[in-house]
Amino acid sequence: MASKIKVKAKLSGDLAEIKSLMLHPMETGSRKDPDTGELVPTHHITQLTFTNNEKTVMVANFSTAVSKNPYFSFSFSGAKAGDTLKVSWIDNKGATDELETVLK
Amino acid sequence: MDVGRRLLLKAGVAFAALAALPRTLLAAAWPEKAFAATEAGAAMSTLFGTNQATPSAEIKLKVPEIAENGAVVPVTISTTLENVESISIVVEHNPRPLAASFEIPAGTLPNVSSRIKMGETSDVIAVVKTDTGIYSTSKQVKVTIGGCGG
Repeated sequence: MASKIKVKAKLSGDLAEIKSLMLHPMETGSRKDPDTGELVPTHHITQLTFTNNEKTVMVANFSTAVSKNPYFSFSFSGAKAGDTLKVSWIDNKGATDELETVLK
Repeated sequence: MDVGRRLLLKAGVAFAALAALPRTLLAAAWPEKAFAATEAGAAMSTLFGTNQATPSAEIKLKVPEIAENGAVVPVTISTTLENVESISIVVEHNPRPLAASFEIPAGTLPNVSSRIKMGETSDVIAVVKTDTGIYSTSKQVKVTIGGCGG
């Protein structure tokens, strides 16, 4: 399946500014289905990890309180053009998604 | 004391030690207990071992004063504190106060942005863990429409 993660990386010197957007319902477990009136079970990303050339540059732990289709941005130093940035997440049901992009 | 019982006891101890091992080995494990806490103080105690954070003017927390839609509240946290190990977002009045926790390895800037849900008007607390301690700053966000129910 094609990845549904969107990443924008901006290099300035050795600093990389990363903006990312994931597709995920991020269900809190307290929302009711408008049709059936039943609670929609908790379903959320638990961990979002960024590695640059295999080095972990960010681990973001999410609860259900992160908004639907999560947005996350951060910056790290020591980056250069040609580096491989890998983004991956896992949710509480064990589903995963990942994306690789080359910094330029 | 009979030998059978002693063996069983030994096996039990060994098993308990084995079961406890993965938690300490996996530094990057998702902090399930802290996320399950229903009070901000308890969430912080579980995550940091203390709920006493030193107020710091060196942490910049950017949140809207009024959030019309509690389902999408932008949060940006940055700090000039040195040797930052993690940055966490705690929403005092949310049913599960710990919203997110970001681990900052060396080389990564202590500057993160995300969007969170807020059930009602509450203080949002930015908690920064450095190699010297736990620091925080907070701001109130007024929520017009909650973002947790349906």
